[in-house]
Amino acid sequence: MSRRTYSTLAVAAEIAVPVAILLLWQAWTVHADSQYFPRLSTILVEFKDMWLFSQFHEHVVPSLVRILLGFGIAAVLGIALGIPLGLSRWGRLLAMPHIEFWRNMPPPALLPISVLLLHSIGDVQKVAFIAFFCLFPVLLNTIDGVRGIDPTLVDTARSYGLGRLARIRRIVLPGAAPQISAGMRTSLSLAVIIMVVAEYFSSTNGVGYVLLISKNTFEFAPMWAAIVLIGLLGYLLNLLFILAEKRFLAWHRGWRAATGS
Amino acid sequence: MTTVASEAPTRERVRLGGLAQFAAFTISIAVALLIWQLVVRTGLISEQDLPAMTTTVKKLWSLMHTSDFWIAFLQTVRGWALGLLLATALAVPIGIFLGSNEFAGRAFRVPIEFLRPIPSAALIPVLFLTLGTTLKSEVFLATFGAFWPLLIQTIYGVRDVDPLAVDTGRSFGLGRFERLYRITLPSAVPYIMTGLRISSQVSLILAFTAELFMGVPGLGQEVNYASSFGLTVDLYAYALATGILGVAIHLFMSALERRVLRWHPSQRAGTT
Amino acid sequence: MLEIKGLGKTYGEGAKATHAIGDVSLTVEAGEFACVVGPSGCGKTTLLKCVAGLMKPSRGEVLLRGKRVTGPPDELALVFQEYSRSLLPWASVRNNVLLPLRHKSVPGGDKKRLVEESLDAVGLTRFIDHYPWQLSGGMQQRVAIARALAYQPSMLLMDEPFASVDAQTRGDLEDLILRVRDEYGITILFVTHDIDESVYLGDRVIVLTHAPTHVKEIVGVPLPRQRDQLATKELPEFAHLRAHVYRLIKREQEATPEPDPAGLVSV
Repeated sequence: MSRRTYSTLAVAAEIAVPVAILLLWQAWTVHADSQYFPRLSTILVEFKDMWLFSQFHEHVVPSLVRILLGFGIAAVLGIALGIPLGLSRWGRLLAMPHIEFWRNMPPPALLPISVLLLHSIGDVQKVAFIAFFCLFPVLLNTIDGVRGIDPTLVDTARSYGLGRLARIRRIVLPGAAPQISAGMRTSLSLAVIIMVVAEYFSSTNGVGYVLLISKNTFEFAPMWAAIVLIGLLGYLLNLLFILAEKRFLAWHRGWRAATGS
Repeated sequence: MTTVASEAPTRERVRLGGLAQFAAFTISIAVALLIWQLVVRTGLISEQDLPAMTTTVKKLWSLMHTSDFWIAFLQTVRGWALGLLLATALAVPIGIFLGSNEFAGRAFRVPIEFLRPIPSAALIPVLFLTLGTTLKSEVFLATFGAFWPLLIQTIYGVRDVDPLAVDTGRSFGLGRFERLYRITLPSAVPYIMTGLRISSQVSLILAFTAELFMGVPGLGQEVNYASSFGLTVDLYAYALATGILGVAIHLFMSALERRVLRWHPSQRAGTT
Repeated sequence: MLEIKGLGKTYGEGAKATHAIGDVSLTVEAGEFACVVGPSGCGKTTLLKCVAGLMKPSRGEVLLRGKRVTGPPDELALVFQEYSRSLLPWASVRNNVLLPLRHKSVPGGDKKRLVEESLDAVGLTRFIDHYPWQLSGGMQQRVAIARALAYQPSMLLMDEPFASVDAQTRGDLEDLILRVRDEYGITILFVTHDIDESVYLGDRVIVLTHAPTHVKEIVGVPLPRQRDQLATKELPEFAHLRAHVYRLIKREQEATPEPDPAGLVSV
């Protein structure tokens, strides 16, 4: 078939498939008539009622704040630690056993401990918990990004008399930025998940809390509405990040396209 | 563009013997354990909140002599393994299909983009109420979570095959399936292995989460008990055991990745 | 201007030691254009890195204007062969040329002027706000040269700078560097594997031996100061010099005990 026919069909499919899935979902839930799986239409109505905008302030805002704070701290710490570790072989040798251990620890295993050690189930505990586990993707990607910098760039900077700090600021950071950004994107998605789990475990507000409460009260429409919200949050945050990345790392796309790397 | 091999790097590297690396490794861990012990013994953190390192290790050691511990341990391993295997069985074929068939790939791009970011953890309440506190819930959760990273990586891997290699295959008269099997798949293997490593981590986390929140038997459930009954030392001992399991699984998957990649020379860009 | 005394570089120890540079001694006068040629793998780049202060020699010393070189000196600028890897991909041409000036104590207004002047000297004023990867190879190398010029060095070290550029562009770049030398009056130490280029550009051609490297012969180039791609290369004198240098190198390559220490060829 011609190129144009193919393109049109493809676009049609891109629209039709999601729509078909939604219709199927609605049809199936109507047919199944199960309390566990309310109709899609019911969920959507519930979604509108809950999140737009009555419970938005009470639950969504605290959750968002925790995610962003936890992520922010993790990003700053990850970069601040990752750069010296990336530059120092001894640093890496000494730090790696610890990084590997904590990175592979399932976060929920430390939930009760975090509550115990910090004596609270409030924002500080949540943010600290999120920040701790979101640290590692950024840290590891920063280390990789720093190590992957072309030595020719470093030589060039050295030959022009740039000192260590200047080299970090002008060569290492921008050079590692694409990799660091990839790590940050992973961290952001991770922050959403960890936030939900932390709130589900012990909290007095937040989206995860709503999830728990609706389970305990057997309210399924709100439960599914919360699930949809969480998915949407993750999707939107990721999208925002990618948009920001496109702007700040525009040079990287152009460079890769030009050098075919 | 090649450069002379005898061309020296600007900074010469001192080769670090295996002994030095091992020493750094042991010293690093020893110091950390020592700090743990000191922090508690000097009262910086109360023993109620953080048991001493020696206490915790002794507890773990004694737990390891009980069958209950190993049953819970293996239950978690079982949940992880089943979740990962199921995810692989689903994600790899679907990923190959979506990656190699442009039309299908485009058609399903939007649903995948929307379903991907849903944290599997959000499904805990639903699973709890429908499938209950059974292995089924745990495996479903673990599979759902582990499915997506592997699917994405497989799709990327299949898409990233060098078109030149495929054309070469075509010119030698290789049929569609043969090209897939002999050219596309081997080139996608590194990506799939990366996906496996990520999925493995996700599967473990979710298996444990199911145990913690839903009371499915396993290490997570033990942690939950210890926490509910105020058994602080047990809590830390089980957390430590979980961490060790995490590392063990990571080492296992890394070793697996290395073995597999040794047979399939990596065709990833970066070393042209 | 530049004195290299008994420079030597050895890697490793004992039986596994690699003697990259044996004993190199030479001087370069101010304002001179000195070319360095040698068989593949003779440590030309290592030599340059030692002179530039990026690497510590095992033996001997390098004196720039009488002062010992221990680190990258202020008066020296280096131009690499791999221009695409030495230019910052995240910075515009302007900011790339500005890089060396950021840490030199030059007043702000002057920095801007220096950048614009150097880009003008290499003919790239129009592309000042482009990104390096948007430019062709030859243009990128010109940016690297402009950057070196903005640094206002008294001496330029160039490591096979035109090797990765196509032949026609190479001719243009060669003439550019001669013009730059005349305009700025800087001293140039130019490493190349292209014999024609070395004779065309140089006031002297320094021929090196294979590893462990030392100076085999220094060939004076008594060609007229004003070089021209066509006229100069038609001179019989040019052909003689070229042949002479070629023979020297050929003899070196044949005399090499192993074909090429690591079995690789330098591009």
